[in-house]
Amino acid sequence: MRNRVDWPAHVVLVLGVALFVLPLWLVFAGSTQDPAAIARGELSLIPRLEGFGVFASILRDGSPGTGPVWRMLLVSGAMAVSIAFGKIVISILSAYAVTFFRFPFRKAAFWTIFITLMLPIEVRIVPTYEVMSDLHLINTFPGLTIPLIASATATLLFRQTFLVIPDELVEAARIDGAGPWRFLKDILIPVSSSNLAALFVILFVYGWNQYLWPLLVATTPQLDTIVIGIVKMIGTETQTEWNRVMATALLAMLPPVAVVILMQRWFVRGLTDGEK
Amino acid sequence: MERRTIFPGTAFPIFLVLPQLLLTVVFFLWPAGQAIWSSMTRADPFGIRTQFVGWENFQDLFTDPLYMDSIGRTVVFCTSVATLSMGVALLLAVCADREIRGRGWYRIMLIWPYAVAPAVAAVLWILLLHPQIGLVGRALNRHGVAWDYKLNSTQAMAVVIGASAWKQVSYNFIFFLAGLQSVPKAVIEAARMDGAKGWFRFRTVVLPLLMPTVFFLIVVNFVYAAFDTFGTIQALTQGGPGKSTETLVVKVFRDGLINLDVGGSSAQSVVLMFGVIMLTALQFRFLGKKSDE
Repeated sequence: MRNRVDWPAHVVLVLGVALFVLPLWLVFAGSTQDPAAIARGELSLIPRLEGFGVFASILRDGSPGTGPVWRMLLVSGAMAVSIAFGKIVISILSAYAVTFFRFPFRKAAFWTIFITLMLPIEVRIVPTYEVMSDLHLINTFPGLTIPLIASATATLLFRQTFLVIPDELVEAARIDGAGPWRFLKDILIPVSSSNLAALFVILFVYGWNQYLWPLLVATTPQLDTIVIGIVKMIGTETQTEWNRVMATALLAMLPPVAVVILMQRWFVRGLTDGEK
Repeated sequence: MERRTIFPGTAFPIFLVLPQLLLTVVFFLWPAGQAIWSSMTRADPFGIRTQFVGWENFQDLFTDPLYMDSIGRTVVFCTSVATLSMGVALLLAVCADREIRGRGWYRIMLIWPYAVAPAVAAVLWILLLHPQIGLVGRALNRHGVAWDYKLNSTQAMAVVIGASAWKQVSYNFIFFLAGLQSVPKAVIEAARMDGAKGWFRFRTVVLPLLMPTVFFLIVVNFVYAAFDTFGTIQALTQGGPGKSTETLVVKVFRDGLINLDVGGSSAQSVVLMFGVIMLTALQFRFLGKKSDE
């Protein structure tokens, strides 16, 4: 191979990285500035040391028009984890049922689940809202999470994994006296653990980043997620305290970005294997 | 494809599949059915009685110039977002696929924005482009460009396209990189020995092998731009100024939940459902092709 440095590639990549990191740095530096200076248009790229108190302050008190940021982070975290776990559990169970068993209406059940792929929440906003209000789930935590738990993507991914499990493995387990429950728990789940990890990342990010659904179903400030909180903060534009908005934006990005970076290897493979 | 080895039993699997089936029926099929039903009804002005009107809501919809405008706007928006984010991502992926120093580091730095919420991405862009506080926005105004995306509709559209495309680059980058890495090294080597260079080699050897990924991403990007950008648009422009950034999803939201036109908004939901079904069908055709290879 050639030994010289591949300059064009480096230049393009550095520009690409700058495209993503510069706005991030701007938010970080901005969060420590004096809000009056930002409003005057004096947004500096150098963080101000005495401005770091804003993080403690928003965590405790939030911003005009929102609750404290710690609570919004908590709601987002609980929502993301519930959605990720909920989806993984019900999807493993249903994928297991449709691949390893034969029962009446198996095909019908599979297709019913499959159809949900074609009905993202955005296209059924109004009717789903009505169903939720019929079920008295408006402004409740289950209302925030349960409707987002049902979705076909995870089921399809697990089904794909389960279909290629070698027959010998199943036979061996059966000869050793493993029943269906035991097989699922002790063999199938450990075998698909890297898929599980990948799916967890994807679903955590999905849950954390929801905007439209929480906006509709949870109007009480107690259930504001961090994403909702940010949009609320910039909504009152006349008196926006931009340093608070930026600090909140930073905290809102941190958990999902950390999950993606820490679990990068599984996440990238899982994403490209399972297609979405 | 079916498994040959299976477990006996009927009650157990039904019990396993029941939770998901239940959620699907309650939160998907029921609302979808309701959408279809109320798209064919209309409430009187006092909201006391609703009557069946058949296709009338749809006829109204497709003869409504505002709705047709919104369709056109959504197509422009989706096409721009997909082209922009896929173009940038492909360029970056080609560079990151080379044997260069620090590529692991580059990759992480290009992948993390996948995790940024669309609405939060909008905040980053406000800081750059806001006419009074944004770094770039202020610079533009200082240099004689009348920049205010809250007033100028072309600028507003450019801003929501930029912010939406920015957030999607990572996703496309991940897929392009995976696609490039699955191109057999032997094929590249053979092309090199035949004297195919740089751009020519990329266009005639690599790109054809990458086409399944490209088609798949086109569909995914359209779905993303059409549906997932609601948060971005809401945070940046709320569909304004006027209706200049009102895509179909923003319109469903405005009509159904702010203007409370249930029949009309349900008809819009049904149209959107139809759109997603078409896109999903397309996606599966490409996926099917991909797995046959």
